[in-house]
Amino acid sequence: MNGTEGVRHPRGRDLPPEERERRLRRIWDPPRGILGALSVVDHKIIGRRYIATAFVFLALGGVLAALIRIQLATPEGRLLGPDVYNQVFTVHGANMMFLFAVPVMEAMGVYLVPLMIGTRNIAFPRLNAFSYWIYVAGGALLWIAFLLDFGPDVGWFGYVPLSGPQYGYGKRADIWAQMITFTELAALAVAVEIVVTVFKQRAPGMTLDRIPLFVWAMLVTSFLVIVAMPAIMIASSALILDRLVGTHFFNPAEGGDVLLFQHLFWFFGHPEVYIIFLPAVGMVSTMLSTFARRPVFGYLPLVMSLITIGVLSFGLWAHHMFTTGLPRVGESFFTASSMAIAVPAGVQIFCFIATLWLGRPVWRPPLLFVAAFVVTFTIGGLTGVMVASVPLDSQVHDTYFVVAHFHYVLVGGAVFPLMGAIYYWFPKMTGRMMSDRLGAWVAALVFVGFNLTFFPMHVLGLQGMPRRIYAYQPELPWGGLNLFVSLASIILFAGFLLFFVDVVRSAVRGAPAGDNPWNAPTLEWATTSPPPSYNFDGIPVVTSANPLWDDPETLPVATGLRVDRRELLVTSVQRAEPEARESSAGASIWPFLAAVATTVMLIGSIFSPWAVVWGSLPIAVALVGWFWPKGAPEDEA
Amino acid sequence: MSARRLVSLVLAAASCAACSPIQSALDPQSPQAESLHELFWLFVVVCSVVWLAVMASLTLALLRNRSTASEATAAGSRTPALAVGAAVVATVLIVAGLTIASFLATRSLATDGGGLVIKLRGYQWWWEATYPAEGVVTANEIHLPVGRPVRMELSAADVIHSFWVPQLQGKLDLIPGRDNAVTITVTKEGVYRGQCAEFCGLQHAHMGLIVVAEPPAAFDAWARAQAAVAAAPTEPEAQAGAALFQAKACSSCHAIRGTAASAKVGPDLTHVASRRSIAADVLPATRGAFAAWIVDPQTIKPGANMPAIALEPAELRALSAYMTALK
Amino acid sequence: MKQRPALDVGGLPLHGLGSASPTWWGTLAFMLIEGTGFALVIAVYLYLMSLAPAWPPEAPPPDLAAGTMVTALLLASVVPNLLLSRWAAAGDLRKVRFGVVLMTILSSAPLIVRAFEFAALNVSWDTNAYGSVVWLLLGLHTTHLLTDLVDTVVLAVLMFTRHARTSRRFGDVQDNALYWNFVVVTWLPIYVCIYWLARV
Repeated sequence: MNGTEGVRHPRGRDLPPEERERRLRRIWDPPRGILGALSVVDHKIIGRRYIATAFVFLALGGVLAALIRIQLATPEGRLLGPDVYNQVFTVHGANMMFLFAVPVMEAMGVYLVPLMIGTRNIAFPRLNAFSYWIYVAGGALLWIAFLLDFGPDVGWFGYVPLSGPQYGYGKRADIWAQMITFTELAALAVAVEIVVTVFKQRAPGMTLDRIPLFVWAMLVTSFLVIVAMPAIMIASSALILDRLVGTHFFNPAEGGDVLLFQHLFWFFGHPEVYIIFLPAVGMVSTMLSTFARRPVFGYLPLVMSLITIGVLSFGLWAHHMFTTGLPRVGESFFTASSMAIAVPAGVQIFCFIATLWLGRPVWRPPLLFVAAFVVTFTIGGLTGVMVASVPLDSQVHDTYFVVAHFHYVLVGGAVFPLMGAIYYWFPKMTGRMMSDRLGAWVAALVFVGFNLTFFPMHVLGLQGMPRRIYAYQPELPWGGLNLFVSLASIILFAGFLLFFVDVVRSAVRGAPAGDNPWNAPTLEWATTSPPPSYNFDGIPVVTSANPLWDDPETLPVATGLRVDRRELLVTSVQRAEPEARESSAGASIWPFLAAVATTVMLIGSIFSPWAVVWGSLPIAVALVGWFWPKGAPEDEA
Repeated sequence: MSARRLVSLVLAAASCAACSPIQSALDPQSPQAESLHELFWLFVVVCSVVWLAVMASLTLALLRNRSTASEATAAGSRTPALAVGAAVVATVLIVAGLTIASFLATRSLATDGGGLVIKLRGYQWWWEATYPAEGVVTANEIHLPVGRPVRMELSAADVIHSFWVPQLQGKLDLIPGRDNAVTITVTKEGVYRGQCAEFCGLQHAHMGLIVVAEPPAAFDAWARAQAAVAAAPTEPEAQAGAALFQAKACSSCHAIRGTAASAKVGPDLTHVASRRSIAADVLPATRGAFAAWIVDPQTIKPGANMPAIALEPAELRALSAYMTALK
Repeated sequence: MKQRPALDVGGLPLHGLGSASPTWWGTLAFMLIEGTGFALVIAVYLYLMSLAPAWPPEAPPPDLAAGTMVTALLLASVVPNLLLSRWAAAGDLRKVRFGVVLMTILSSAPLIVRAFEFAALNVSWDTNAYGSVVWLLLGLHTTHLLTDLVDTVVLAVLMFTRHARTSRRFGDVQDNALYWNFVVVTWLPIYVCIYWLARV
């Protein structure tokens, strides 16, 4: 802030490249040892941990899916009793939604957004570390409870009164409700980080119309998280209060209302679908452009469609409640708004196909997953139009038709793009390529296995098979299709297994990737694979939406950042003009300690309301420790 | 119409060649379900056309310019306003058409006044049916006169359940603290099956409901018989069973009108043997099934609220004889 | 990739204030989260009110005195709060020290009166759904009063240490002042809900 500052604090541009790298590494590299591992705030390390953990939960949820398919393969299946079965499908659903789908999308954002917009770390890196630990604690809570046979058994949306004080036995429903508090806390933290990172840390020159589409998607998603997740936290907290201290929010005998819970849950629950889907749209847009070898067709319509879906998603929640007897006028509104969301979704599909049409598609594994996505997701979208109709929904609601529908949307619409994205960004994350040959096999097995498994479920639902039944009587005509579905799922499981094999094999001895193996246009490919702890030596300066296609050889950079403290560039929200050289918080054990203290308080409050009181003290101590300045160079100015 | 029939046939054949669809939305038997069925096929046809169009353009797009070259063609993209505009207009038109069709079909879910009233109350895990005008209380099996609108008044005693007989009408939830109603007009005689469609706990899978649609005269006869109190058993074994029913735990949960048993915790058993099945359509209403259910309900429906009661073999025989006599 | 210097940012300040500060935006984002939370609980209040045959059911409406006094105290605290924010923007450490101590006192006062508000509700949380929702509204807002008070206390202590004299710290004071204004503003609809909707 004064004239001599440049002399006292050497800047990168005055040093030879090797010396600059040495100093940057000294200041940015994560600390060593176990304590160091718990103190890491590097968004890439936390992002990788987040992604890996989410895939562990995917595999665990897959095991539960296998149990379900064995149980239902024959009438009156004997593998699981009703008590265990109800836990299995509840944990499967809650795990896939809260511990896999949302976190893995947020985690891809945590890893990729700072790299794609050319900054050195995510905003609020310690909050990011805290978020990861809270997420792990929430996942552990659910799974440990399940393995000890007190896992939640009320379905992933935990409707009252079944989950309420009168009918939800023991602590099972509380485990469900508190697991939600954990995961939503983690998701909200990441959402705030991503919004601020995208608003304030974009590379100079990255104006709004030069933001990569994946970053746009994560930005809209983060706003959805910010506005939607408080609703579920209120619903689950009110449920815990009903169960623990005798409030009557959902008790009709004392002026409460059963449907209030459903309104609150779905006010969150419908945007939740788009919280999972929009990042996938961003991934597809990014991969399509790279493999069609041209800029994506309709950048502006795609951005508008992301925002439109984000806004509309808050006007749809009641279409999950069409069979509860809401007033017809209200239902008509929700039918119209649910159908209206087909318009921006249609625009997206149109732009994707137009990009392929005008480009020259290169057949690498990510493109295979994109094709699988278009084929499968379109079916899910069209059955979505069907369930948006009140009269049709009255037949298919809560049947296997709906089970088929949402798996088409979530697996076809989000998991296929995600698997493509792993093939696409794995080289950046690890420095090694995944196998093209295995990738093609994975795509084929998963695509064929998925459709053979889930398409017949539409028919089962129309034939009257409700969801969430642990057994069905042999007289009912569902045995044949169920057996077929169970056998077909073996193909799907084989595909996922091969995927995990390829990930592990490639991580150990995949071919070296180089900086930009796909000849892609966005900034994350401008740095090494894997990127150094400080991401970019010089902060990129952006002049177009596809900077690396403009000049694949030379990167224009901003110089002048210090090399003796973690420093990054803050730019203006709209035009990304440099405003300040901001410091970025260094490694710290306090976020981990704060997460431990929060975990103790949240789990304690399942058992006693007083845990909120005594549990808050350690949290306060941890937070003061977290924010108290330690005299590090990052605290200056 | 014939194309629809064909698809119906293929769908049916794909799943099960020989059995009749006893709980299927694809085989409507009332005007309400028929209109939902027609709407369903309209949606299927429109959605299939849209999907095929998307698939055709995807295939063409992928095959048009196949290349293995890896150089980028950073061709400037022209403003795609016109193309995107056309896509938007097409989607809007399709969606608007389907929305209007959906609104029209919504009328079939409407509830009319008049006609027969049946109060259906959901319990974990069985159905109580009351005919206020006819003075009938029964469980898990309802009878309707063909051709007459029936107003089903739905309520729940414990958790949320959902009334769904797919051949007759779309589903509607039974919600504690909120009463719902739906009208059904069955046009064809027959026996239809439904089952609870909203997850309601341990035995959600075994909460079946039988609907018998019969000619008005037969219905009237049924209603008169059901409204009557239970006839005293004549056979000695059944008489012993009647005494046991009052002495053992049975009467603390179940009612048999015409006797001292009047508890309302479990299903009314006044004419239990006249029903086609017991335990919410889990077992046939035979003497053997009664005995099996009484002696070990927790193996048949784990978690059901009916406890196993210790009985001597002779007592069990007597009780099941009594149940079988409750025609 | 090769690098080509295209821009020198060495002359930029080491910390931005206001909209140039990520922390300021982070505070806004958290306010959006909590504002949504408050709005939803108010929606729950209105929803339950629309279902009830009488409101409040079987209880007199809350007594006005304590709640109105809290409202007055909160509104009165806004003026010194804005002054504190201005002093922090100007980097005047002496005035800021005075301001944070003053705000510590001014944000404790409503918390003390708040204790009497719970008694003035005339209903317990486990009486009926009305009781549950007014306790939730009041409890949620009290949590915010409490956390902001702790924040202010820590900041006040910090302003008397060697870490005080940096623009980063003055930014913290401004963000904290912004947050206090948020806590005051969100109280107003809650106050109307709890005390006046129960009287219409």
